[in-house]
Amino acid sequence: MTPTSASTDVQAPPARGEATSGARVGDSPIRPDGTPKVQGRFAFASDLEADGMLWGRTLRSPHPHARIRSVDVGPALAIAGVSCVVTADDVPGASTYGLISRDQPVFARDVVRFVGEPVAALAADHPDTARRALAAIVVDYEPLDPLVDPARATSTGTPSIHPDGNVIRHIRVEHGDPAATGDVVVEGVYEVGMQDQAFLGPESGLAVPDGQGGVDLWVATQWLHEDRDQVAACLGLPHDQVRLHLGGVGGAFGGREDLSMQVHACLLALRTGHPVKMSYLRDESFLGHVHRHPARMRYRHHATVAGDLVKIEAEVLLDGGAYASSSSAVVSNAARFACGPYRVPNALVDATVVRTNNPPCGAMRGFGAVQVCFGHESQMDKLAARLGMDPVELRLRNALATGDVLPTGQRLTGAAPVADCIRAAVAHPLPPASGDGWLERPGGAGRTADVSRVRRGVGVAAGFKNVMYSEGFEDDSEARVRLTGGVATVTCAVAEVGQGFVTIASQIARTVLGCDAVVEPADTVGIDSAGSSSASRQTWMSGGAVLRAARQVADQVRSALGERLGVAPESLTLTDDGRIVAAVAGGAVDALDITVAEAAGDQVFESTAVHRHRRTYPLDERGQGDADVSFVFAAHRAVVDVDPDLGLVRVVQVATGQDVGRVLHPMQVIGQIEGGIAQGVGLAVMEEMVIDGGLVRNPSFTDYLIPTVADAPEVLATCIEQPEPEAPFGAKGAGEPPTISSTAAIAAAIRAATGIDVTRVPVRPWDLV
Amino acid sequence: MTTTPPTPATPAADADAAPAVYQLTVNGITHTVEGTRPTDSLLHVLRDRLGLPGAKNACEQGECGSCSVLVDGVLVCACLELAEAAVGCEITSVEGLTPVGAEPGDAALAGAVLTDVQQAMIEAGGVQCGFCTPGFVVAIHDLLDRVPDPGPFEVREALAGNLCRCTGYGRILAAVEQVVTVRGNGP
Repeated sequence: MTPTSASTDVQAPPARGEATSGARVGDSPIRPDGTPKVQGRFAFASDLEADGMLWGRTLRSPHPHARIRSVDVGPALAIAGVSCVVTADDVPGASTYGLISRDQPVFARDVVRFVGEPVAALAADHPDTARRALAAIVVDYEPLDPLVDPARATSTGTPSIHPDGNVIRHIRVEHGDPAATGDVVVEGVYEVGMQDQAFLGPESGLAVPDGQGGVDLWVATQWLHEDRDQVAACLGLPHDQVRLHLGGVGGAFGGREDLSMQVHACLLALRTGHPVKMSYLRDESFLGHVHRHPARMRYRHHATVAGDLVKIEAEVLLDGGAYASSSSAVVSNAARFACGPYRVPNALVDATVVRTNNPPCGAMRGFGAVQVCFGHESQMDKLAARLGMDPVELRLRNALATGDVLPTGQRLTGAAPVADCIRAAVAHPLPPASGDGWLERPGGAGRTADVSRVRRGVGVAAGFKNVMYSEGFEDDSEARVRLTGGVATVTCAVAEVGQGFVTIASQIARTVLGCDAVVEPADTVGIDSAGSSSASRQTWMSGGAVLRAARQVADQVRSALGERLGVAPESLTLTDDGRIVAAVAGGAVDALDITVAEAAGDQVFESTAVHRHRRTYPLDERGQGDADVSFVFAAHRAVVDVDPDLGLVRVVQVATGQDVGRVLHPMQVIGQIEGGIAQGVGLAVMEEMVIDGGLVRNPSFTDYLIPTVADAPEVLATCIEQPEPEAPFGAKGAGEPPTISSTAAIAAAIRAATGIDVTRVPVRPWDLV
Repeated sequence: MTTTPPTPATPAADADAAPAVYQLTVNGITHTVEGTRPTDSLLHVLRDRLGLPGAKNACEQGECGSCSVLVDGVLVCACLELAEAAVGCEITSVEGLTPVGAEPGDAALAGAVLTDVQQAMIEAGGVQCGFCTPGFVVAIHDLLDRVPDPGPFEVREALAGNLCRCTGYGRILAAVEQVVTVRGNGP
């Protein structure tokens, strides 16, 4: 392909969003859900209530590993106001669930495998009654030795902590000549801590029994249909008796791909005959969803003296925690992207995800690519230093481009503007030296840093990952568009989690049909799956489905109009901006130029479409295969100030070049970039779930720190626009790239500032003093 | 502080959790609150008793600011206030914010007309998932109503108690800037 290339500086989108009506693809209309959200009227899942509603709560294991000798729920049931207590014995259908492998019990029966594992749930008339009743349930545990070191999971003599064994998945990628060596070899061992999604809206849902054995569940999730399938299996009900509706979602970032309270609330509702609401508190939220996998990585890079990569060897070990979740896909990503966005003629990647008695890990923004990016980018800097080469030059010299072959053997056929991303990131102006203002010292307004000792550093990193699901998974999306009375209604089961799909969907419909568009609430009742709001895939997949359905409607309108005017439909042209114009001069249609919606008049038109991506394939035993649909690339340059006395870091600025395909909504893209970079800042210098002997030491916003506005760096962003031929309007999706290499760039900047070989993120003060 | 004597505890309640009846003035409207417990937070009573879910429940320990409300004009986390302790106070939640020039709590305007801060948050892109948004709206109002033209440090210091996980704060700061500009050029 010959992509048309353009760079868009999206640092300063229009200050005032345009009004919704008239705004098409490429504009920045305001969010349709913006008004209720600023007014506090938007109904998040935790805001829902129903007449006769009970409050559900979950009893969780305090042990990382223990045998359950007995559970006595009697004392809880004896408390007035408690309606029902359920345990493993009360699950009518499948006793386990899971995204890929159904290995996680709805309730632990004989053994608990992590701190926070559900053992029972109950429903009561008041949250406080529910809290006291939980404390009254008597569980007799026999604590067992927890397996907490992932390196021990596969050792001889280590017992399996789960019937499925301790290895969730092992992947080898062998590419080129395994015996190849380079003139220059650098090695390193790197570690990434456990990051939490820390979405603000807690896990919540409201289950309402229908009185006929079925249940409706309003829930904050990323994928309604997948949840529906898992919940129905556990309840032993057919799909049509389990109806999921999207409750307002307060952020997700991967942490809502797995079930949390869904089955528990439905069980309680069906047992009591009352609506049951469950809403986690923050400490429970930290225990109640999966996290980003901690990683240990060993790398060996070989290169020529001129700086051409010859071979990369990588060993990656991910701690999957007690249950599989999406670990097998995360480790595959870690393996496929372990070498970074570079041409590597020879590679040997060995990646394993194991089971431990630590909290389960799964999806988080960047999905396996973030961890290895810290590894491969630390190595590129090390290699540049060994070669005496500028790190940017080294990266540009080896940057992937369209036509190159990845270590999996897959050839890049779409846009791959790695060099453009790197050049755009480093082209942004550097910030001036920090002064003595309140916010300008590391440590902030505490003014603890001695300004004369503060050191500045600059670092650069690049990364990439897949868009859409991979390895043969078919994540189709269905959408329906109905045109009636001059308004288009879009029905699609996409989970709007904050990313702004509702804005994009209405922009697309408006662009094709030339009229206002509204997006219906999402549910599993009237439409098939839209797939998950993850893997940066909804703009492409569900945007693609909306585009197809809208175009089919436009075609119907054109045919009807042609019939009405007595002309062949082909003589009427559909324009790119939702109008129908006469293709031939003369006669009745000489002066025709109206919007599709106007042409539809009072007639109703409707079409449903499914968008499928190109087929992908599983990796073979050598890790070879066309596993991916497409890729997104990004580069970041970070500037930090470090107080070497207290080990405090201030991230001053992050500049980025990001491959987006095409910008559909400039303001939403900058929102994704700034928000993703903030999460990258968090992983670089502050965010870590501290796990000690399987116990979570910091399950609160007091102790698990996420960046505040005082920590947020200046962000300078350039979008690289090379439209992707197979994507709607050429737009690839923008959610994950900001998190992939921002952490690695900040770590590099800290190394540059301090001379300390940072081999672990998050960087802690004691790593720097 | 006016409270009526506690009514007899229901069998469900502990001795330390006797239901009470009291009145709370929220957004200019006085509500009679019944059947709550002395330990109920203002956040719980606003959300679950008075049908005002605008204050959000992200951490319930005063770390995230998503439940920000004004009590007698002072910005507080509603999760850290006991509801009964706010008897006799003027409570303003996001639902009661009114445009500049209107009386606080003007029920006719609240919710019907967006404030300049609300408008700016939408227009500048400060809203994504929206869970932190009501708290930010209240906190930004509190800041700009006290300090019409704050410097960058004042803005960041004032908003550092409100966590946002989606935006990285860039567009929220842009919204603050927009309000400052518009108010500076206003009548």
